[in-house]
Amino acid sequence: MSRISNLSIKQLSRKFDEKLLCPKEHTLEVFKNIKRNNNDINAFITLSEEFALKKAEESANRIALGKKLKLDGILVACKDNFCTKGIRTTCGSIMLKNFVPTYNATVYDKLEKAGAILVGKTNLDQYGMGSGTVDSIFGPTKNVWSENLNNPRICGGSSGGSASAVAANFCSTALGSDTGGSTRNPASYSGVIGFKPTYGLLSRHGLIPLVNSMDVPGILTKTVDDCVDIFNTIAGPDDLDSTTIKKSFNPIELSENFNLKNVKIGIPKEYNCEGLTSEVLEAWTKMADFLEENGARVEEISMPYTTASIFVYSILNQCEVASNMARYDGIEYGHRADDESSTENLYSKTRAEGFNGVVKNRILAGNYFLLRKNYEKYFLKALKVRRLVSDDFKKAFSKIDLLLTPTTLSDAPLLSDFTKNNNRDQCAVQDFCTCPANMAGVPALSIPIKLSSNNLPISLQLMGPNFSEKLIFNTAKFIENRVDFYLNYNKLKL
Amino acid sequence: MNRIYKINIITILNRQFSTKLAPKSNTWKSVIGLEIHAQIASESKLFSGSRNSFSAEINSSVSLLDAAIPGCLPVLNRRCVEAGIKTALALNCEINEVSMFDRKHYFYSDLPAGYQITQQRKPLARKGFLTFPVLTPVKQSKAYYKTVRLHQLQLEQDSGKSLHDEELKISLIDLNRAGIPLMELVFEPDLSDGEEAAALVKELILIFERIQTCNCRMEEGQLRVDANVSINKEGEELGVRTEIKNIGSIRGVAQAIEYEIQRQISVKDQGGVIINETRQWNAVSKTTIAMRDKEVVQDYRYMPEPNLLPLHLNMTEDVNLDDLVSVKAIEKSLPILPQELRDELVNDHKLTQVTAMILVNDTVIYNLYKDIIKENPKRSAKTVSNVLINDYIATCNKNKIYLEDSKISSSHLGEIIDMLENQELNHNLVKLVLQKLFETSQSPKVIVEENQWKQISDDAEIIKYCNQVLESENGKKMVQQYKSGKTKVLFAIAGEINKISNNRINMAKVTDMLKNILK
Repeated sequence: MSRISNLSIKQLSRKFDEKLLCPKEHTLEVFKNIKRNNNDINAFITLSEEFALKKAEESANRIALGKKLKLDGILVACKDNFCTKGIRTTCGSIMLKNFVPTYNATVYDKLEKAGAILVGKTNLDQYGMGSGTVDSIFGPTKNVWSENLNNPRICGGSSGGSASAVAANFCSTALGSDTGGSTRNPASYSGVIGFKPTYGLLSRHGLIPLVNSMDVPGILTKTVDDCVDIFNTIAGPDDLDSTTIKKSFNPIELSENFNLKNVKIGIPKEYNCEGLTSEVLEAWTKMADFLEENGARVEEISMPYTTASIFVYSILNQCEVASNMARYDGIEYGHRADDESSTENLYSKTRAEGFNGVVKNRILAGNYFLLRKNYEKYFLKALKVRRLVSDDFKKAFSKIDLLLTPTTLSDAPLLSDFTKNNNRDQCAVQDFCTCPANMAGVPALSIPIKLSSNNLPISLQLMGPNFSEKLIFNTAKFIENRVDFYLNYNKLKL
Repeated sequence: MNRIYKINIITILNRQFSTKLAPKSNTWKSVIGLEIHAQIASESKLFSGSRNSFSAEINSSVSLLDAAIPGCLPVLNRRCVEAGIKTALALNCEINEVSMFDRKHYFYSDLPAGYQITQQRKPLARKGFLTFPVLTPVKQSKAYYKTVRLHQLQLEQDSGKSLHDEELKISLIDLNRAGIPLMELVFEPDLSDGEEAAALVKELILIFERIQTCNCRMEEGQLRVDANVSINKEGEELGVRTEIKNIGSIRGVAQAIEYEIQRQISVKDQGGVIINETRQWNAVSKTTIAMRDKEVVQDYRYMPEPNLLPLHLNMTEDVNLDDLVSVKAIEKSLPILPQELRDELVNDHKLTQVTAMILVNDTVIYNLYKDIIKENPKRSAKTVSNVLINDYIATCNKNKIYLEDSKISSSHLGEIIDMLENQELNHNLVKLVLQKLFETSQSPKVIVEENQWKQISDDAEIIKYCNQVLESENGKKMVQQYKSGKTKVLFAIAGEINKISNNRINMAKVTDMLKNILK
């Protein structure tokens, strides 16, 4: 593993400042690593080497002129559901296989304007509908921690390409998206930080939607510090997304001498669920003990509607999917089938060819739920239960400051085992711990804790009330310092 | 159609329907409800920054959102909200402090997102009403006021346009219209025939002209009318309704509805049943035709639009609160509406209801009226309205000049009115003076002088004309008839005298003098 690319954003930036490293040199080196290893991992759908070298040149020029931007020379990757101007954005689908946006998603645009360099677009489950990064027309992304890449572990999903790219040092940070856990789940399996902020703090403009009311851009990094740096760069109101918080965003600074005194941490018992492995349970318990030993007040609490989240999520997801996917008709852009005998035939053949089975199932189910006769029974009912899930959080946060839970129930499953189940059952298990936060819109962060007996990452999740990002980051940093998971990367053969 | 109608108020009052299928049965009652789509006169579209312009080059006014490019989100245009509120207030609505947007799904090639953003479940405004005059075609004196309830007013986006080339078997799509802001006005079925429906549309246009939230160019589709029509017998439940889509002119509204009523009556009278269907008005053949593509009842699968927050309005007196659109501020900015103008004409100017209706019905005429009175408040409102309605409009029509294109000034019209009131001009000659006014740029006074149209009011001269007639063969006969008790003959004699004076003689004086002479 390259020692240079193992540096944090601040460390790299300092090297650029001190002229010990040049963005061009850094970029070339990382691309060497990508070329050597990406074929095994399949983190990327599209690599943008030429573009990256051009951007590296620009960074180098700015540094030479003493006009360095905050993220000059920092390599980033984007999940392939963020629109990038002039670089194709596929959503892992036939439908958008050749779709080249003419605009940048706001969050990516902010990275670019801060000097960051895009290395490529990362793999995902088609339109983000999945939790393994196995349902992409470009094939599955493999977990960098797999014992044997010929019988690989899944990397989690749907932002699996982004998590793998960060874990494999293909970039310093990557953007994911998180609708039911799609950033935190692959972060958990891949041993990186996966952060989903409060709904409305990051603009969704240019993020090709899965479920608009739950989608949040996510950040994947190696360290909490990097995560804060990226978050500070991309957060804030956006006129192009009416659901962003109108108040201007105050960048977060981590406390030098953070301590856990007066921090109340809840352990929701419902997360100790069927299927939770003893290793994860142990890591969770030990972490709770550790936090308590360090001054936090830890108590068990109950969030009774936790198990309802998955059903609510399933219905709302399918309804919005049915609606959001209606635009893919082959007329204005995207795949167009070779049947112009009538508009109806063109539509149905285009959509039959352009979507995979998962997408089609969700469209069908969603339209069923939205029928006039079913609307109240399913959609409205789901909204009501969503409110109950959200109230669980409100009640919890009236008593405690943070929640500590597992992110995933186990370490990363084998791809061959994972694909034995259908997509719906996969998601029901994978999203169990993560999707309640999306129901409520609250911030959540997954942080790697240790390696399992299989030498695979085990992670835990911190959740807090809306706008409690600073406390989450501080606590995560506290945990990070303790577990020093970063050292495990030395064991990686990449 | 609209423009021709505008110059032709009087003709409409007298027109006959040419499309009646069967004589109207007295036993049937018709019930009409209108749904009207009014394009908001805004600079940009409802949810994107593209220009809202009719004549732009094809597909040149299309933003990424309008083409439903993935990842783009709608951003509500504040001006459109203000226009919607202004319109709702003019229509006496209750404004919802919080309203919501919904997605209405259907597949059509000119609907890029596969759904339209509208306000189905919680619209901007509800429960309005509008009272408007109905000038019946048969008899002016039967003009009356009608009140219709407005169920709701909602904001929504328009779709694009498809052009189907049947021969080449291709469809062409223009997205300039996609996303243009509309107000949908859903009226309760409170109307009883086509004339009332047309009168409602006419009144709406007048209101829009005053509040300027819609330009109402029907030929450009800025105001589109759908009519729900059903018939039933007194005391029975409402009949099955049909919907006539996209009627593009005021006259079309009256004609299409009358046709549809008669069609339904003849179907029922022949023992048939009316089916709930959508029909299209064909303005050329003057018939409604069933549209084939809507055989199946559509389920639009409405869903709340998740990318727009609920629309909150400021209902308080503090108009600057929280950067929300202030309803009170808009209320204060409302101009005088047509009904207030009519009331003013009747109460303050002492004009009849019908005269007030006709004057206000056309903004050009109304403005001329106002200007003429303003120039000299002593002018008689009755004379001014009389000249405008009976002489000016007719002369414009005769010369095929649109009222809004006429170059005749209010001061020239005022001159004519002053001559009438000062007994310098016979009313009979007003149309001739106006005709000359169209042809030359001379002032009415000069025209009257040069053509020697000045009224003859000098007693000695009047007596000369009287004698000329009374001494003729015919005159003597008429005098005999008069003296034997047929007093009406007096007007015939006066008419003869007028004729030989070339319509110039002061008729009031002539009749008085004749009465004296023949005593």
